[in-house]
Amino acid sequence: MEHNGNYKNEFGWFADKPTVPRKLFHAKAVVGGLLIFLILVTAPLWRNLGKVVPAPDPKLNTQAILALPEKDRVCVEDTAFMKANHMRLLVDWRDEVVRNGNRDYINSKGKRYLASLSNNCMECHSNKSQFCDQCHNYVAVAPNCWGCHWEKEKKQVAQTEAK
Amino acid sequence: MDFFKRHFLVPLIAVLGLIAIAYVGVAANLQFVFGVVIPYLAVLIFFEGLIYRAISWARSPVPFKIPSTCAQVKSLPWIKRDLGDRLDNPENKWWAMGRMALEILAFRSLFRNTRTTLLRDQEKPEDSRLVHWSYKWLWLGALAFHYAFLIVILRHIRFFTQPVPQWVTALAEVDGFVQFYIPTVYITGVLMVLALLYLLARRIYTPNLRYISLAADYFPLLLIISIGITGILMRYFYKVDIAAVKQLAVGLATLKPVVPAGIGSIFYVHLFLVCVLFAYFPFSKLMHAPGVFFSPTRNLPGDNRWNLHVNPWNYPVKFHDYMHQEDEYREAMIEAGIPVEKEK
Repeated sequence: MEHNGNYKNEFGWFADKPTVPRKLFHAKAVVGGLLIFLILVTAPLWRNLGKVVPAPDPKLNTQAILALPEKDRVCVEDTAFMKANHMRLLVDWRDEVVRNGNRDYINSKGKRYLASLSNNCMECHSNKSQFCDQCHNYVAVAPNCWGCHWEKEKKQVAQTEAK
Repeated sequence: MDFFKRHFLVPLIAVLGLIAIAYVGVAANLQFVFGVVIPYLAVLIFFEGLIYRAISWARSPVPFKIPSTCAQVKSLPWIKRDLGDRLDNPENKWWAMGRMALEILAFRSLFRNTRTTLLRDQEKPEDSRLVHWSYKWLWLGALAFHYAFLIVILRHIRFFTQPVPQWVTALAEVDGFVQFYIPTVYITGVLMVLALLYLLARRIYTPNLRYISLAADYFPLLLIISIGITGILMRYFYKVDIAAVKQLAVGLATLKPVVPAGIGSIFYVHLFLVCVLFAYFPFSKLMHAPGVFFSPTRNLPGDNRWNLHVNPWNYPVKFHDYMHQEDEYREAMIEAGIPVEKEK
């Protein structure tokens, strides 16, 4: 008996299920779109690909630090804390000084320090471009401390603070 | 456990479990695994899965042309069509691109979200009215979340590039223009979490939405909320050595991975959640991002009236016509006296 297709079930003979063509429809648009996406996403990374980007290298070799005996070359808190939290510390100092007039900072070991960026921190770390700027530039942050607290203005600020 | 609890608590526990995995892993000194191996794997899965799924979608033929018919199609010259009609029922591919651009950049289909409310009148029940009104909060929440997330991602370019492109620092400066708190609060970070909390709350508090929300809907929300919250915690409260973080990120980006010591575990939690998001992306509803480009109601111009769309599935069909029928029943037909075309 002649029949329509080669697929049979209880109701009779039927045509095969359609075979969907193995074809990339709108290939230009799809591949182009994917390429544009890949290019956009990876574009910022091409410049340094495979190169070793030097890590920031804050220098600790100022005259003031070298003049100190080896065992006294410590910051107000330990290095790991300072690396992550110095900005909070400075802001807390600022708030204490400006609002409460309190220039004392007692560190975690109970030692008392003068809470002042210009007159304490930067006595040792007087090399802003080799110390502060190293990491700040590396992670692209621009703290506004330096609006008042740097070099030429340093004396001026110190005078104002003294008043 | 009822339906909602199962579908909400499972992803919640999953996200908390992921946080715990990263926390414990870093405590067990697996920094290299969580800082290098998993990020590379996740990015690989992301791109591989994305391309695989996009190609598999492109392989499925579109049998019919599905124009969006809620606007006047191009017709006789004296039938008026305004800009909205042209965008909703585009006559060629350029207008279809316009429709797609509106959908992608402005989430137009969410803008047309209507709700139906029965306004009951206690005094005179016969005055109760059914009101259809335009519900814009979903559109606003989705728009806020997506754009905030985009800007948050773009801001993170500063960790992967050296020197940092000018536009990234400019973007961060605009984002932090309120100059509130130290470090400056980025508006988009907060906005992103708030928008996500709204999107989550809407699923939980609207009964009909809760009814259709599955684990796969809650999981990405909870995951991205956790990413946002860990990021905010890390930036403003439990601070990590950001220069070391950038060293790790740049190492990943330049294919010269390094794992600097002394990065807090909250960073690895944040990174691990991001990796999970990347790896989960191609398998999830998050594929609506590439998927929107493939949606037939958005990308097909409504030109049915003058362009024939041939179904790519079309294949020669053998029809069972009258002669076949007669061949089959000829003897019975002759016996019953029914006239036949061919005697034998």
